[in-house]
Amino acid sequence: MHEISPFIINLTIFVLAIYVGYHVVWTVTPALHTPLMSVTNAISAIIIVGAMLAAALTVTPLGKVMGMLAVAMAGVNIFGGFLVTRRMLEMFKKKERPVAKKAE
Amino acid sequence: MTLSMNLVTLLYLVASVFFIQALKGLSHPATSRRGNVFGMTGMAIAALTTVALIVKIGGDAGAAGLGYVLAALVVGGAIGATMAKRVEMTKMPELVAFMHSMIGLSAVCIAVAEVAEPHAFGIVAAMGDPLPYGNRVELFIGAIVGAITFSGSVIAFGKLSGKYKFRLFQGAPVRFAAQHWINLAIALTTVGFGLAFWATANWTPFLVMLALAFVLGVLIIIPIGGADMPVVVSMLNSYSGWAAAGIGFSLENSMLIIAGSLVGSSGAILSYIMCKAMNRSFFNVILGGFGGEAAVAATGGAQRTVKSGSPDDVAFLLGNAETVIIVPGYGLAVARAQHALKELAQKLGERGVNVKYAIHPVAGRMPGHMNVLLAEAEVPYDQVFEMDDINPEFAQADVAVVLGANDVVNPAAKNDPKSPIAGMPILEAYKAKTVIVNKRSMATGYAGLDNDLFYLDKTMMVFGDAKKIIEDITKAIE
Repeated sequence: MHEISPFIINLTIFVLAIYVGYHVVWTVTPALHTPLMSVTNAISAIIIVGAMLAAALTVTPLGKVMGMLAVAMAGVNIFGGFLVTRRMLEMFKKKERPVAKKAE
Repeated sequence: MTLSMNLVTLLYLVASVFFIQALKGLSHPATSRRGNVFGMTGMAIAALTTVALIVKIGGDAGAAGLGYVLAALVVGGAIGATMAKRVEMTKMPELVAFMHSMIGLSAVCIAVAEVAEPHAFGIVAAMGDPLPYGNRVELFIGAIVGAITFSGSVIAFGKLSGKYKFRLFQGAPVRFAAQHWINLAIALTTVGFGLAFWATANWTPFLVMLALAFVLGVLIIIPIGGADMPVVVSMLNSYSGWAAAGIGFSLENSMLIIAGSLVGSSGAILSYIMCKAMNRSFFNVILGGFGGEAAVAATGGAQRTVKSGSPDDVAFLLGNAETVIIVPGYGLAVARAQHALKELAQKLGERGVNVKYAIHPVAGRMPGHMNVLLAEAEVPYDQVFEMDDINPEFAQADVAVVLGANDVVNPAAKNDPKSPIAGMPILEAYKAKTVIVNKRSMATGYAGLDNDLFYLDKTMMVFGDAKKIIEDITKAIE
């Protein structure tokens, strides 16, 4: 395996991830397409990994500022995305049916 | 125990699996909340692993740098949490567009940092070494996609909110001569500068490329009409994922590649579903097929008449029906009438009327928008049906009630092969025994078409604001 370039390994991962994503997303029920969009917003904030490396490990002011901005913006999406998704999914909870009208 | 890169990569793999679980949970409302917790946990694992990685790569300086990370995260997190708490469900499309823009700009910032200091990210051996050729390509692609995502999402945000006077934020498309050729030329120039960066690793081509990419993002979104936003938002959702994946390739980080690809695929699938539901090709939508074009000539000159009625008339019809199917559209959301609608449906339910809701895939301004609005109004989700499931039931329904929906119930899509919406799947409300349509006026919908449904004998139009009309109907039942 040592002669394989990292690019090829990453490309393999990329292709398989697309394939998995394709099949999993087709199973999402249409009623939940809006929470799907907000949760994928949150997941795309994984870019915070790159942002954290930039903010913590750079030494020039440019690098640090760029890194911090990137972390802040990704942070908006992480908290905003997961929390708004949770808020929406709570709305889909089954309520107690108001069949109390059925007297006795 | 010192942290090995193997362990880092394994932890990233765990986080990726958790993300996949989060998406799987959305197959049904019952599993969805648990899925979301998986997602949050996965993100936490990824973040904490990165903290450990930073300490490993950077030592003490790295650990000190974490202070900057924390400060930025607190600020960003607070803003995000506040937005999540406060946003009205009718404004979800705008929030989503805004969030896409954040990811796009974040990717651009990381790309700039990477060009400034490749050594910091561990991709070159010594400070001052140039970025390897392979990483440069991935980097410029990620940066271009990120920039387009940012500026495109800003325009989408403006068009969705509908309240800004700025011309580029208006719902109406912005067109000019040779627009698409100009866009193509700019796109090619942008890639050209990217390639110049690849060859030289200089700042100048990189920055020019970024500037052009920002402009391109604006230019490709402005010709698209406001009501085609479901496709645009899905497309930008997809782009934000590819931007993350591109940055991931350039940083040789598998976590970014995997998560970015999941998001990219998701957005692409949603875009496809939206286009199928309008029976238009993706290119037709993106190149601004609809809206703004000279209004289709009215059929003949003959004025057609519609039957119009009052809320009392509707109350009578609904009260005596056995099955009622409600078709909610974007107009309902604009009128903030979803709660009033639920009250009406509940009252009917208490009288023994069977009430169902029919949702067209492109109703609203983003996929699944109407479902969330109904859920917010506490409409039980098992009364809400997708188009393919409910269409066979219209023929047996006593009353179909169309609220703020227009093109999605226009029979011309089935009957008139020359219609601009020919072939688009519709909700077959015209098959119900009686049809009630609520609109504010006889103005045409997004496609600029007259709707044959309104002129049928069995159709009663009720003009007025949806919320008020629905409330009046509810009061009149009894």
